[in-house]
Amino acid sequence: MTEDAATPALSVHDFTKTFAGVHALRGVSLDLMPGSVHALVGENGAGKSTLIKLATGVYTPDSGSMLLNGQEASFTSPRAAQQAGIATIYQEVHLAPQLSVARNFFLGRELTRFGALDLRRMNRECAEQLTRFGIPVDVRRPLGELGLGIQQMVAIARAVSTSARVVIMDEPTSSLEPREVEKLLSVVALLKSEGVAIVYVSHKLDEVFAACDTITVLRDGELVWTGATADTSRRQLIARMLGRETSELAAGQRTHLAGRPPVADAPPLLEARNLRRKLLIDDVSVVVRPGEVVGLAGLLGSGRSETVKALFGALPLDSGTISVGGTALRRQTPASRLRRGIAFLPEDRKAEGIIPALSIRDNIGLAALPQLTRAGFVNRKKLDEIVQTFFDRLRIKASSPNQPVAELSGGNQQKVLLARLMCLNPKILLLDEPTRGIDVGAKAEVQTLIAELAEKGLGVVLISSELEEVVEGSDSVIVLRDGAQLAALFGDDITEEHIMDTIAGAADQAIEKQTEEQAEHPDATSMTGVAK
Amino acid sequence: MTTTQSVPVTEAPDDPRWQALLGVRGGRWGDWVRQRGVYVALILLVLFNVAATPNFATVETMQLLAVQTSVVIMVSLGMALVIGTGGVDLSVGAIMAITAAVTAKAYTPDGYGVPIGIAIVLAIVVATLVGAFNGTVVAAAGVQPIVATLAMLVGGRGLALMITGGALVEMFPPFFGTVRESKHLGLPDIFWLAVALAAVASVLLRRTAFGYRLLAIGGNLQASRLAGLPVPRTLITVYALSGLLSGIAGVISTARIRAADPSYVGLGIELTAITAVVIGGTLLSGGQVRILGTVAGAVLIQLLENTLVSQGARDSIARIIEAMIIIAAVLLQRPWRSAS
Repeated sequence: MTEDAATPALSVHDFTKTFAGVHALRGVSLDLMPGSVHALVGENGAGKSTLIKLATGVYTPDSGSMLLNGQEASFTSPRAAQQAGIATIYQEVHLAPQLSVARNFFLGRELTRFGALDLRRMNRECAEQLTRFGIPVDVRRPLGELGLGIQQMVAIARAVSTSARVVIMDEPTSSLEPREVEKLLSVVALLKSEGVAIVYVSHKLDEVFAACDTITVLRDGELVWTGATADTSRRQLIARMLGRETSELAAGQRTHLAGRPPVADAPPLLEARNLRRKLLIDDVSVVVRPGEVVGLAGLLGSGRSETVKALFGALPLDSGTISVGGTALRRQTPASRLRRGIAFLPEDRKAEGIIPALSIRDNIGLAALPQLTRAGFVNRKKLDEIVQTFFDRLRIKASSPNQPVAELSGGNQQKVLLARLMCLNPKILLLDEPTRGIDVGAKAEVQTLIAELAEKGLGVVLISSELEEVVEGSDSVIVLRDGAQLAALFGDDITEEHIMDTIAGAADQAIEKQTEEQAEHPDATSMTGVAK
Repeated sequence: MTTTQSVPVTEAPDDPRWQALLGVRGGRWGDWVRQRGVYVALILLVLFNVAATPNFATVETMQLLAVQTSVVIMVSLGMALVIGTGGVDLSVGAIMAITAAVTAKAYTPDGYGVPIGIAIVLAIVVATLVGAFNGTVVAAAGVQPIVATLAMLVGGRGLALMITGGALVEMFPPFFGTVRESKHLGLPDIFWLAVALAAVASVLLRRTAFGYRLLAIGGNLQASRLAGLPVPRTLITVYALSGLLSGIAGVISTARIRAADPSYVGLGIELTAITAVVIGGTLLSGGQVRILGTVAGAVLIQLLENTLVSQGARDSIARIIEAMIIIAAVLLQRPWRSAS
């Protein structure tokens, strides 16, 4: 980039990686400068993880090269990357929780004396190192007894003490308390001052703007933008992540809703009030009326997926009420929510949706078995009829309903999952990323289907990483950020511009508030403003 | 595409042939061996015996084989269902011991002295409950199946020994004679019972909602939960069925030796059963069960043992050969699994 004088600590050139013919990463280049924090941001599927895995030897690139301190380098295993001085800190701490902090710190390179472990020296040196990072902790305690934040910092200190010159942090703060986040950022600052090059992957823009010098935005496997943090606004950054340049932004055109009657006066189908779940959801309320599509907008990690999971009973809530048709729901299980007419399309099709070993037919019929069963026996004729109906109606492209679902394309798998929901005759559909990773044709079909179902009086909650889809497909939009509800938008207020401003505005306010608080109480640890 | 210029561009990477070339999957050949290999091996072993073992193709030999196999078949059926959910049940042998002990305690005059029919029903009910307990530990407490049932493997046999006071208890009800002696179509009724149970298991898997759910849970647990399937209930039922089948096997073993022998009945049968299930083509990772393959696998193992004995191989050699078969069967599964 601009600093011609210095040699990049790590320089990635033109990395490309495909999985089963799909580009996970396409021609991405990146320079990491020593003593600089480089943020890597993007939505799900943008290619952040793939890039990291390529740089650390977990995957090998299809094409592209890498320079470590100006020398050509390629790694065949994560271990080789570590030995070359690239350390990776993951969200989960990959250390031995039952061993002491000091033992973990020296794991794999234990200090010995006459062939036996020199525990005293290990404890002393570990304590010295940790004190340098401002982590006061009894190094003899088992690591697992400490808070996640401390564990993470021990992992970082360990990585750096093995003379890592490049430290990659993959969403290090996603399970940390605000106070711990602050501590972690101070460690990041210390590393930076010591000339370490840091990659900071996060979807929390506050942290990105507070801690990072350079930002790279990935989208759909491609590099969208790289530049200095000072040169961009939150607003621009969000636009780049969500796929629109600011200049291109027009007022969203809301297509399918033209001519539909207002739904505001009908009694709500689903009413969720003040949902809370520690660290994930902070006072979110969702009201869905018959025929209404409620969009949940927000960045990755904003609590949008957690909110629908909570509505479906798949994520236990700390507090809040959920009622369907006026009846309060108590049991927090998916099965009981299904009986109330709530159906859920999970975000991760492969891990949470399809059952790959089973046929299309069995995948579709699975959830509707209670209606298709007499005395425990499945009425196969009825099952086949229903499956055939949806097979035809959703135009699933397969040789027959008996084909294994694993052989289908992503779009057709998604249709199978939608068919599974539809044969339940649900009143409320919770759709998490219904069009992610499917081809354009299938995408249009799915979007039309959602609109049709809403027209028939179903209530729909829709999540999409593509703002355009939320804006075009929703009657009202709830904007989320860091698990909290920022705004509920209706009618003409639903524009991409408006949603982005809301997200960016709240971020700015949070920072302002934080700076104010810090000005007022210089000593106090005050990340509370950001957490809200 | 970039790595294989020699392959025509029209070949999609998902094409099985292409993947077989690259060794991505076991390919068609690997799948074929996994699914049909057990039948081929069984036929080959039978042909070998017809040629090499004196008096093999006789009614007596077949009857003996049928009796020997029946208990393994029953236990293996339960094991196959559990493995279909992605779990494993190590406690089957211990449950057989508990069944034997409860039968003895209930039937003998030193115990409760109830009629043998009631004693047997009671013992099988207890076996089912022990299985249900396993299932509850797995489903509700979230303990790994191998750990939960290992605990029962150890503790269950201890419990059985406690019930009988550690001793072998002889019993001579007339019903036990009937169990051993009665035959239809030239084969012992015990064998027909095993065949009937296999048929029931097959219907259960293919025709009932329970069977669909079992396979779904084994195929993708998280997806099954989110599809709203009653996961805990299904798992508890599966382990209870495994307990039930082990219970029946325990009663038959007891009837055959006319004694409850809690120290030795069903000892090590969990490994035989797992082997039968695996060489029968059922995936250890769950999501798919082969009932007929399991039955063939059980017969194959028993016949192999008999063959080695009749060919004068030492027990130690027999064990090593059995181990090699297990490894071969598992190796055949491995490439297929890594594809998912």
